[in-house]
Amino acid sequence: MTKRTLGLAGILGFLLTWELIPRLGLVEARFLPPASEVLAALAVDFQLTAFWAAVGETLLAWVLGLAAAVLLAVAAGFVVGSSHFLRRFTNSTVEFLRPIPSVALIPLAVLLFGVKIESSLMLIIYASFWQIFIQVLYGVADVDNVAMQTARSFGLRTVARVRYVVFPTALPYLMTGVRLAASVALILAITAELVIGSPGLGREIALAQSGGAISGMYALIVATGLIGVLINLLMRFIERKTLSWHSSIRSEVIV
Amino acid sequence: MRIAKSFLYVLGLPALLVLIWWLSTLGATSFFVPTPGTLASTFAKTWFGDRIFTDVLPSILRLLAGVSAAIILGILAGLLIGSIPWLRALTEPVLEFFRAVPPPVLVPVLMLLMGISDSMKVVVIISGCIWPVLLNTIEGVRAIDGVLSDSAHTYGIGGWARVRYLVLPSAGPQILAGVRQCLSIGLILMVISEMFASSSGLGFTIVQFQRSFAVPEMWSGIVILGLIGVAMSFIFQFTERRILRWYYGLREVENAV
Repeated sequence: MTKRTLGLAGILGFLLTWELIPRLGLVEARFLPPASEVLAALAVDFQLTAFWAAVGETLLAWVLGLAAAVLLAVAAGFVVGSSHFLRRFTNSTVEFLRPIPSVALIPLAVLLFGVKIESSLMLIIYASFWQIFIQVLYGVADVDNVAMQTARSFGLRTVARVRYVVFPTALPYLMTGVRLAASVALILAITAELVIGSPGLGREIALAQSGGAISGMYALIVATGLIGVLINLLMRFIERKTLSWHSSIRSEVIV
Repeated sequence: MRIAKSFLYVLGLPALLVLIWWLSTLGATSFFVPTPGTLASTFAKTWFGDRIFTDVLPSILRLLAGVSAAIILGILAGLLIGSIPWLRALTEPVLEFFRAVPPPVLVPVLMLLMGISDSMKVVVIISGCIWPVLLNTIEGVRAIDGVLSDSAHTYGIGGWARVRYLVLPSAGPQILAGVRQCLSIGLILMVISEMFASSSGLGFTIVQFQRSFAVPEMWSGIVILGLIGVAMSFIFQFTERRILRWYYGLREVENAV
């Protein structure tokens, strides 16, 4: 059997188990509805404008937050990374701020922005910024000395050196950071909606749960999982496209 | 002189930032931003007392229980799935899906299935943290060097010895990368599960402060979460260096060539 059919069999097996657990009464159906019921609810959701609006809100927060984090982190990373002094000077502060869980900022976001998209954005940007910033720092530090000196003796100015030497070296690191940050940003977008109540899929989940629409809630959770899978695929695709010249990608194509 | 210099490097920026913070809140009486002095005294008053035993320690214990269970389960299942190719192909799409589900949405589900209890919070942490460890272990086991694997086979090394001396060391760096992600997700889930459904714990207390507009207390809660995060990351880095000492040594040698 090929890998694909096995994978398909795995999915079917999982759905079958899920279907059987409530049907056989292992868990009460009002707590865990059978898979068929949840998938039917999901199919109904797909036809509702409200569902797509919620998806849109979540994705909007995701895109804006991620884009802002990328811009900030790249700018800060290039400036800090290219100076030995700044790197040492900021090291202790970065190591202290980075592990602070972004959910700790939830109360602050609520106080500052209330239940608006800004509070999601604040959490998303904070969490994704560090992922990318650290990778950019590594990337900028990884620049080959010989390449840098060659560029210098050819008379490349600072801007040109950043563009043609530093940027290509840092790009693979940057893409890794962006890929990690993309899934973190989705987690934080949903979390903010779930806990704070800013508009989006997370709030719909909380509403469905408190309203007792249990199969609706499971359907929305499956939808968040599908969005997560799509984002992962998209990020891998972008990474492959932007780094098509890099050996780590090229070797995969040839072999 | 050298020690003084590195001391300056470590403390320079934090001192500068606190100074700016202190100066900017000197005259103003902003409701949202406490002065450093207020924050420090509130911090001591709020957390050095009964709260340590009623809120902080239970939260940390739940976190430790959940994270260690997730790491052990993840590594065991990962070793099993990673070493059997057909099992890996069978489970891969389902696991990819579960990893992509943002873990906080599990809180309402598990609230339904298990009610609100300590064990529900631990299960939330386990079910969110296990995926990075599991998937990284699978990937690490899959990527074992073919020559090493064949040599072990030829020498008749099998069973537990194979796992101990071949599989775990070569998957080690990958597994620990997963553990690192697992720790930060665990902390997030600890806070969220308490914010949602609890009458004690750090997350609950902080939200309670925010709802009653006790702003300096709320900030002190943010600080304590930050400190826990920093402490966890230090302990992790220390352990990682101990476990992977051979790996870093190897990389240094390779880079030097």
